[in-house]
Amino acid sequence: MLTDADLSALLITLKLATLTTLILLLIGTPLAWWLARSQWRGKPVIEAVVALPLVLPPTVLGFYLLILLGANGPLGEHSLAFTFSGLVIGSVFYSLPFVVQPLQGAFAAINRGYIEAAATLRASPRDTFFAVVVPLARPGFLTATVLGFAHTVGEFGVVLMIGGNIPGQTQVLSIAIYEHVENLEYAQAHWISGGLLLLSFSLLLVVYGLNRRFRVVGP
Amino acid sequence: MSLEIRQQLRRGDFQLHVETCLPARGVTAIFGPSGCGKTTLLRAIAGLEPRVRGRIRLGDATWQDEGHFLPPHERPLGYVFQHAVLFPHLSVRGNLDFAQRRRGDGPGPGFDEVVALAGIGHLLRRDTANLSGGERQRVALARALLTAPRLLLLDEPLAALDRQAKAELMPCLERLHESLSIPVLYVSHAIDEVARLADQLLLLAAGRVVACGPLAEMLTRLDLAPAGSEEALAVIEATVSGRDADFHLTRLAFAGGGEGRELWLPGDSLPTGRRVRLAVHARDVSLTLQPPRQSSILNIIPVRVDALSPSGPAQVMVRLRAADVPLLARVTRKSEAALGLHVGQALFAQVKSVSLVE
Repeated sequence: MLTDADLSALLITLKLATLTTLILLLIGTPLAWWLARSQWRGKPVIEAVVALPLVLPPTVLGFYLLILLGANGPLGEHSLAFTFSGLVIGSVFYSLPFVVQPLQGAFAAINRGYIEAAATLRASPRDTFFAVVVPLARPGFLTATVLGFAHTVGEFGVVLMIGGNIPGQTQVLSIAIYEHVENLEYAQAHWISGGLLLLSFSLLLVVYGLNRRFRVVGP
Repeated sequence: MSLEIRQQLRRGDFQLHVETCLPARGVTAIFGPSGCGKTTLLRAIAGLEPRVRGRIRLGDATWQDEGHFLPPHERPLGYVFQHAVLFPHLSVRGNLDFAQRRRGDGPGPGFDEVVALAGIGHLLRRDTANLSGGERQRVALARALLTAPRLLLLDEPLAALDRQAKAELMPCLERLHESLSIPVLYVSHAIDEVARLADQLLLLAAGRVVACGPLAEMLTRLDLAPAGSEEALAVIEATVSGRDADFHLTRLAFAGGGEGRELWLPGDSLPTGRRVRLAVHARDVSLTLQPPRQSSILNIIPVRVDALSPSGPAQVMVRLRAADVPLLARVTRKSEAALGLHVGQALFAQVKSVSLVE
């Protein structure tokens, strides 16, 4: 069964994924709204940057973050490398597109007419956003939350680079599996792997199940 | 109170250039062919076209001026879009509450009054997805009224509706006209709607104001589009002055028509003293030099020829005046020659059909 170290890895993973998802919803919502509405010529640059983690090897992202957050970087002795905070920062970058893109798609799909109608009904832009845009984009928020969370649970490369592998502090499940395999502890590796497989499948089942009713992902 | 509009917009080939000042009372129809800028003008007044330059004032309130642009949500107006645009995540009641909660402190019609006027009491609990086209527009109208607007903008609310739905919404718009003193701008490209609802007419073509004035005058000016159309008609404001009980006829005296100018209309349900609007199509009016002694036509009015204009190769449109009230008659050029029609000539108009429009 699971060792104490595995249990603490599970807790760290859940804490990391929850915190990362919350931060991403806070940052990603205004960013996605801006991307969905802006006519600015430089917008593709921002879109490309947001999408980078989709194609970049996670170790590359992790490497640059290590340089940036490490003791020799601008933070100096306040280095965040190999800390839980460092993990959160890394995860936010890594999972950014998984939150921003569903939100951007959901916002872009909202008929402008609703926003104009709200304005003629005395709703300020802020009021319109919360009373009209958010409820209409609810399926997008659901997808963004589930994908952001699940993707953070599944990350490996970035965490390894920036968090190291400190049990009880920065060791997450995916790395615990790696370590068990290295030590030929296949039984433990099976337990955790099977658990993660089940969790990921359940989350996606929720998304696609709701999608049938609400259209969460896809065209 | 008046509505001052000076708006300029350039978008590709299209150019909007409107300078006009309308009396802000009753219903002003903005009339013109598709693509002439009617909807753009309405959107500009609402503040939904931020790139439009110029000035908009309603009474003392400046909505737009040099360096000043009041955002749409701060303009006290109601807007009914062509496709209703009800919020799909809210019920009918939720849509109405959305507007009611955001209205300012100013006086305005109450919830129950608006619901009754729109005739949507039985729909309040319904989901907006399950409404017919006519029901959607009535909910949209009620929603706009609940913001207590000082100006109501209607963008072809009937255009997307079938006959049945039009028949439902029209009485609702007429009740609105009678019971609320909110000035209305009504965009339309259908002359029959305009004849029923409007008091003033603003004619637009290719982004410019062609003419603007009282409905009866605008409809009968021979240089303007409405009199050139197949459906050309005149409207007459009249008062019920009596009835013929034996034959079930209503007698109508028309304002400014002078002594002895009256019309008979089948039916006798209207109370005496009631003001009504009548429509007389140009194709239903014929001309004669002598009043016929024996004719099935009841309505024969002494008129004077005011203007003539060719209407196609075979016909001519004649503008007539019964004292101050303008009328139109479409006759053949052959008849024009036979009667020797000329401006100033006194003759008689035989009105084959009069319809009550309000």
